[in-house]
Amino acid sequence: MAAPLLEVRDLNTCFSTYRGQLRAVDGVGLTIERGETLALVGESGCGKSVTALSIMRLIRRPGRIVRGEVLFAGEDLLRKSGGEMRRIRGGRIAMVFQDPLSTLNPTFSVENQIVESLRIHRVARGKEARERSVQLLEAMGIPAARERLRSYPHELSGGMRQRVMLAIAVSCEPELLIADEPTTALDVTLQAQILDLLGQIKEERGLATLLITHDLGIVSQFSDRAAVMYAGQVVEEAPVAELMEDPLHPYTAGLLRCVPRLGRPDVPIRPIEGSVPDMIALPPGCRFAPRCPEVMEHCREAVPPLYDRGGRRMVRCYIYRQRSFRQSGANPTGRPGAC
Amino acid sequence: MWGRFLRQRLLQLIPVLIGVSFIVFLTMHLTPGDPIEHMLGQAGRITQEQIDELRAHYGLDRPLIVQYGLFVGNAVRGEFGPSYSHHGRTVRSVVAARLPATLELTVFAFVIAIVFAIPAGVIASLRPHGLFDRLATVGALLGISMPGFWLGIVLMIIFGLQRHWLPISGRIDLALVPDYVTGIHTLDALLTANGPAFWSALKHLALPGVAMAAPMAAMVMRMVRSSMIGVLAQDYVQFARAKGLPETTVVGKHALRNALIPTVNLVALQTGLLLSGNMIIETVFQFPGLGKLAVDAIAAADYPLVQAVVLIYAVSYVLLNLVADALHAALDPRVQIA
Repeated sequence: MAAPLLEVRDLNTCFSTYRGQLRAVDGVGLTIERGETLALVGESGCGKSVTALSIMRLIRRPGRIVRGEVLFAGEDLLRKSGGEMRRIRGGRIAMVFQDPLSTLNPTFSVENQIVESLRIHRVARGKEARERSVQLLEAMGIPAARERLRSYPHELSGGMRQRVMLAIAVSCEPELLIADEPTTALDVTLQAQILDLLGQIKEERGLATLLITHDLGIVSQFSDRAAVMYAGQVVEEAPVAELMEDPLHPYTAGLLRCVPRLGRPDVPIRPIEGSVPDMIALPPGCRFAPRCPEVMEHCREAVPPLYDRGGRRMVRCYIYRQRSFRQSGANPTGRPGAC
Repeated sequence: MWGRFLRQRLLQLIPVLIGVSFIVFLTMHLTPGDPIEHMLGQAGRITQEQIDELRAHYGLDRPLIVQYGLFVGNAVRGEFGPSYSHHGRTVRSVVAARLPATLELTVFAFVIAIVFAIPAGVIASLRPHGLFDRLATVGALLGISMPGFWLGIVLMIIFGLQRHWLPISGRIDLALVPDYVTGIHTLDALLTANGPAFWSALKHLALPGVAMAAPMAAMVMRMVRSSMIGVLAQDYVQFARAKGLPETTVVGKHALRNALIPTVNLVALQTGLLLSGNMIIETVFQFPGLGKLAVDAIAAADYPLVQAVVLIYAVSYVLLNLVADALHAALDPRVQIA
């Protein structure tokens, strides 16, 4: 098998705060093959977005990437120079954000913001860039695309803005799209439209996608595999169907029980007891232990490693200690390193 | 669109001016001090008849409301009658002779303030609480808290009296006055290609200009800094970086334009303060502009002259606000100018 498009190994990103070091991303490892969609799932604050920003090397002070490798097409992005990284950002890896109103600059026209990308990555300039912008907007399903070029973000509806943002993202034919909660700020009908559009883009352009979301419905429809994050660590990774059918980690199982089932009022929604741990004063053992219904004595003593269950399934839980093939290479001890 | 905007805003000027003129007129007449007494102060023995005659000559014997009506009627045509203290000259000619000096000083101070404040604010915002930011904050605090006249005197002592680098009073070396074109010495010197005159005028502007610019630069710098910090945390700045734009474009294009929107109004207000603040600075530096003229006119109870100068201040304030609104609309497409 060829090398994956993106392989993140043992990524660690810390933030200095007044209370101490906060390890927002702790030994995260991910792989995305070409054309594949990986969903990164978890509650707010679990480190999903920081992982994405770390891949893009957009972490700014007081945060910093402490350790790890981000291999993109075999090359470590963390070792790239600033200039090389800029050519990759927006060129080979594009990113879209949650709220399209705050993500588009309110003081520049749609045209200006698309053409800017085309120009900086030397895709097109002048008249050609303009024509390309029209094509892109049309491809994103924006009616009267030529007129829309002159519009400013505040003149567009939420769905329209998200389409413009996607047009900018795919303008330079990236190989990987990182979508950070791309539909969270939209209402349900628009969500469906935008997801359809994302699917279409993916298909037409053979784009690999890292989809960050907390919405398990989106995960099941839209992605090939999913990685579940909890308190800065990946706790489970699996092909989507298997994850949904047979979640291994108690946290994943808990998450799935939080989703209401349509037409099944007999299946109760059961929230996960307790709350997310304080990221600065983490429990010594498994981070989910304080909330885990299946907690064992050992769980409170040491962080469990990621166990490889075969069939591209990984889980960070001692329940599977006996039944696993081997431990994963990334942060095998599960012990947190120093910041 | 812009035509309508301008027309509307200029019409709005009318009630403002009526209000201002009324207040100016009234306060001058309510303040103690009789202009006729001022005029005749040194004239020795004068009869009541002579006083009444002068009063009638200047129309001061008419009822206040009539005087006001006459004042407004004339002011509309740019006439303010004869000056009480500059004998034999009209207020208009006195003001016209001084206006260029004040314009020159104000523009000079404005340019200094902006040229320092905006880059300093931007650089400070890039690393909040970093070394540059801390230094700039201390500088801004000094700039805001030092009174202009005091800063003026300190500058005079250091650069004028101790070092003899810069002149401490006047507009220009009187032997070097360039040929009259606009009355603005630096501009006239440039237009007539008169290097020594330009240099001399510039040197005379330096100290009063810096003294006037300091508080404005400080305020604008702080404003640019804080709005830049806010803007740099916005998603669209992150998105601009994610597009692969170099940091100079991210900061200079995407962030700065947004940060300037709230700054424009402050700049307009501060420029208005530059204009009115020039009374003190022009007096300290013996700079022959409108401010010094106004101070002298108040001392001499020269009603028409004071009224004219204050009206000019008021009009320029209103015009500056108009410019600010226009700039605001130009920077921010969300603002409707009509």
